[in-house]
Amino acid sequence: MNCPECDANLKIPDDASVGEIVSCPDCGADFEIASKNGNVCELKHAEKVGEDWGE
Amino acid sequence: MPKVRIVFDRVRLEEKMLEEKAIELGHDTKMIDAKITNVSTENKKSDFDFGDVVLERCVSYFRGLHFTACLEFLDVPVFNRFEVANNCGNKMLTSLLLKKHNVPTPKTYFSFSSESATETLDKQGCPLVIKPIIGSWGRGVILLKDRETADAIFEVRELTDGPLDRIFYLQEAIKRPPRDIRAIAVGDQVVAAMYRTSTAGGFKTNIALGAEPVPCEITKELEDVCMKASKAVGGGILGIDVMEDEKRGFVVHEVNNTVEFKGLAKVAKRNIPKEMIEYAVNSAVK
Repeated sequence: MNCPECDANLKIPDDASVGEIVSCPDCGADFEIASKNGNVCELKHAEKVGEDWGE
Repeated sequence: MPKVRIVFDRVRLEEKMLEEKAIELGHDTKMIDAKITNVSTENKKSDFDFGDVVLERCVSYFRGLHFTACLEFLDVPVFNRFEVANNCGNKMLTSLLLKKHNVPTPKTYFSFSSESATETLDKQGCPLVIKPIIGSWGRGVILLKDRETADAIFEVRELTDGPLDRIFYLQEAIKRPPRDIRAIAVGDQVVAAMYRTSTAGGFKTNIALGAEPVPCEITKELEDVCMKASKAVGGGILGIDVMEDEKRGFVVHEVNNTVEFKGLAKVAKRNIPKEMIEYAVNSAVK
């Protein structure tokens, strides 16, 4: 599929799961896999790293 | 077989490892995205599919903490428990509990205004380490080598003036080798430990900042101090950070709640996700 931001080709690994982050190799935008049906993925913009993120 | 649920907000390698291991162990396993889950005071456990036990694995501390509160409201067994997550997510609460339970820990000073923090600094002298009371990956952890550095940091705190910026957590700088130890405690045992050596001469040793994991032997002394620290915060699945003080030996400086373990998993002898799943399941179905 193509990057929603810059239209570059976005390669999503077959074993990627919902909730994983994919980055566009061209523009660097990060997307979260919101849903996956076979090879068809729905992407949404990933959340920015928050002040309370971590372990 | 008990049903395992893993609550996430971003799937990291750790969450994938936990899911794979739970499935491999034969559990009905599902991933639940906290970001798209709604809970209300009118809900009952039967309204959801939270299984027999939940591992709360949100990368956002506050999201995970509040989701945990909802799970406990619904009487869903969850690891870690709310009380433990609350104790570990706040470094000040952790330090107070460690000291209260006689766990060796660095001397730590708390001030509630920049003026008072400056007084503490003048009294104790530099260097001290300032840490945000909430936060991870070494962010905002700064070695105050001199008064000028401290003044600058305190001034920035006043400018940003977030609610937590008014809590000043100042800790003695431990004289130690340029490394610390991360131990993973699961229930009443330490299942893995590693040295984290700081990179390029820095004083931070977080794997997130590039520190290399090196296996660390789990001696009885290390296990004892980690178990005391675990009990002090309420127990569960925890990442315990230990420094080697030149004079005092092991001192525990942090206990982490939703512990990251991809670095340690590379060098650990035991299977960390397996230990976590088995502990959660066995504790929940007792």
